[in-house]
Amino acid sequence: MTTMSRARVLALGAALALTAAMPGSAQERVKLINVVELSGAGATAGTQWRNGIDLAVADINARGGILGRQIDIVHYDTQTNPGNTRAAVQRAIDEGTYSVLGPVFSGPIGASMQIAQRAEIAQIVGGEAAGLTRQGNQFLFRTSLSQAAAMPKLATYLKDTVKASRIAVVWVNNDFGKGGRDAMLPELQRRGIQVALDVSTEQGQADFTADAIRIRNANVDAVFVYLNEDESARFLLAARQQNVNKPMIGETTLLGARVIQLAGEAANGARGHVGLSIDAPVPAFQDFGRRYQARFNIASDHNGLKGYMAVHMIKWATERMGRFDRKGVADTLRGATITPQMEPGILITTKIEANGDLDRESFLAEVENGQQVIKATLPMINP
Amino acid sequence: MAELVAYIVAGLATGAIYALAAIGFTLVWQTSQTINFAQGEYVMLPAILILAAVAFLGLPVWAAAILGAALFVVVFGLGFKLAVVDPMIRHGVLPLAIATMALAIIMKESAKDFFSSEAQTFPSPFPAGAVDVLGVSLSLQHIAIIAVAFVAIGALQWFVTATRTGRQMQATAQNPGVALILGIPVARMVMLTFAINAGLAVLASVLISPIYLAKFSNGDVIGLFAFIAAIVGGFNQVRGALAGGLIVGVVDSLAAAYISSSYRLAVPLVLLVVIILVKPEGLFGRREERRV
Repeated sequence: MTTMSRARVLALGAALALTAAMPGSAQERVKLINVVELSGAGATAGTQWRNGIDLAVADINARGGILGRQIDIVHYDTQTNPGNTRAAVQRAIDEGTYSVLGPVFSGPIGASMQIAQRAEIAQIVGGEAAGLTRQGNQFLFRTSLSQAAAMPKLATYLKDTVKASRIAVVWVNNDFGKGGRDAMLPELQRRGIQVALDVSTEQGQADFTADAIRIRNANVDAVFVYLNEDESARFLLAARQQNVNKPMIGETTLLGARVIQLAGEAANGARGHVGLSIDAPVPAFQDFGRRYQARFNIASDHNGLKGYMAVHMIKWATERMGRFDRKGVADTLRGATITPQMEPGILITTKIEANGDLDRESFLAEVENGQQVIKATLPMINP
Repeated sequence: MAELVAYIVAGLATGAIYALAAIGFTLVWQTSQTINFAQGEYVMLPAILILAAVAFLGLPVWAAAILGAALFVVVFGLGFKLAVVDPMIRHGVLPLAIATMALAIIMKESAKDFFSSEAQTFPSPFPAGAVDVLGVSLSLQHIAIIAVAFVAIGALQWFVTATRTGRQMQATAQNPGVALILGIPVARMVMLTFAINAGLAVLASVLISPIYLAKFSNGDVIGLFAFIAAIVGGFNQVRGALAGGLIVGVVDSLAAAYISSSYRLAVPLVLLVVIILVKPEGLFGRREERRV
């Protein structure tokens, strides 16, 4: 009896050891939780971000995972609600996420980032508001250029290429829009461009007719549009209905694939600066765009690319460390420069500043015949 | 001045759509003495059904529109009467009102889960661009919306006042007991009212979705503004709902233009409070007395 028991114990131990050694077994998985806007005002951006993450996870798992561990991805919908976002980030940490992915909207990021910071877990987000990385949070990392980096490029474009001296600014009254406006106004002033009309709009606003009429009747050379995806499309549709014939200039969102798709012909002629684009002359971006289209039957905008890169930032940091270390992810990412040679999934050389901001090449683009056309590539600010 | 006229025409266009939804409020109120808190979702859903028919059945837009509209009228007009109103009304007005709130949530979440949480392009039946009228640049789409909505409301008024069935509907709304004694098929008239409400919602949905984009959350704003419009105009009068819709649309447009888009939602609410305090039956409503 005793001999039998010992044999059983040995057999059980051997089975457990074998199970642990097998790739893809339950013990060999790493959990990532994505906290994102899958409904509410941010659903368009959040869905793209989620899709990008799903594609990244599928790619990484197909290639053997991270350090041999397969990724389990879980998505929690914040409903674009800051309170829900806080709860979801806390839940993600309680459930043992390796790093927190998302959200995308700056307001919910600002409301929830302290939770991941307290837990000393890296949070990779899609937000662009300049203020996010000015709070000394060592665990917050962007996947896009900050407004502080993008707005000078755009102001120069307005001055030198559009040759505007008086412009209207249309912005959404949330953290993203207000942050962008506040970053843009000093840049315009520095270049002698006057803001003749300052139009504040609401997140989720459905009707932009009155705003379009105001702009049509204003004596301005161009319109700087800084709204979220759905609102950008609605504004462009209203502007077309009201015969607003002034150049529409925007930053990334206005020229995104989803906005072009929603606004249709009304998007033609919109131009400006884009941080990420599947139409950019970067083969890795274009390949990503094709695979995204094939899998989700929809074109990826910058948020799809950001989600894809977010997972690969975590992968690169973990493989660089050679071990799974939650706190170490943030330590490794800070100050790093990741090239596609080091990690193909990063798609383009990306420099991560000490405060979590990014620096990389970006693009000037214009919408022509329902397609985003890249007109020029802008270099990194601090290569 | 030209700018002011442009704002007013834009307000009339959205106001005409609010009026269509507000008339639905009054019709349901008159026949079942309840408020359909799912009225905003009634305007949101037809566009989603039409897009779903295009996406999943591969139908052309016109065929999808016919199918979607028919399906909506049957399920959310007649079905709503049979499945929600009839079982609940005998328990009083409050359970029915709460049931419509639940219905609103179900419609909204179903649209999100079974179709999409993202905004979708909805094709406009009208041409894009603007036309110059006496020095005022007006959107062709807005002119068409005003025309279509007014024709629809005019046709409804004609039907209600000039046809035998319409007068039977009126009699049913005013006193169903007496109407029954007079041999009017009250149940059928009530059913017809719900079908008309659903039809108006389909029309409002087709008119507004090209502007707002089709999205599961559209009912929030439309329902609120239509509710305000119905109260401002008078909950028991179709012409009141029409006037209320137009007033709310114009006030909203002027508020966005001359105050701020950020505060535009507050202005119709202020109007609502003023009406409740000064003329609680609404601008064109009639006083009702109830024995309790």
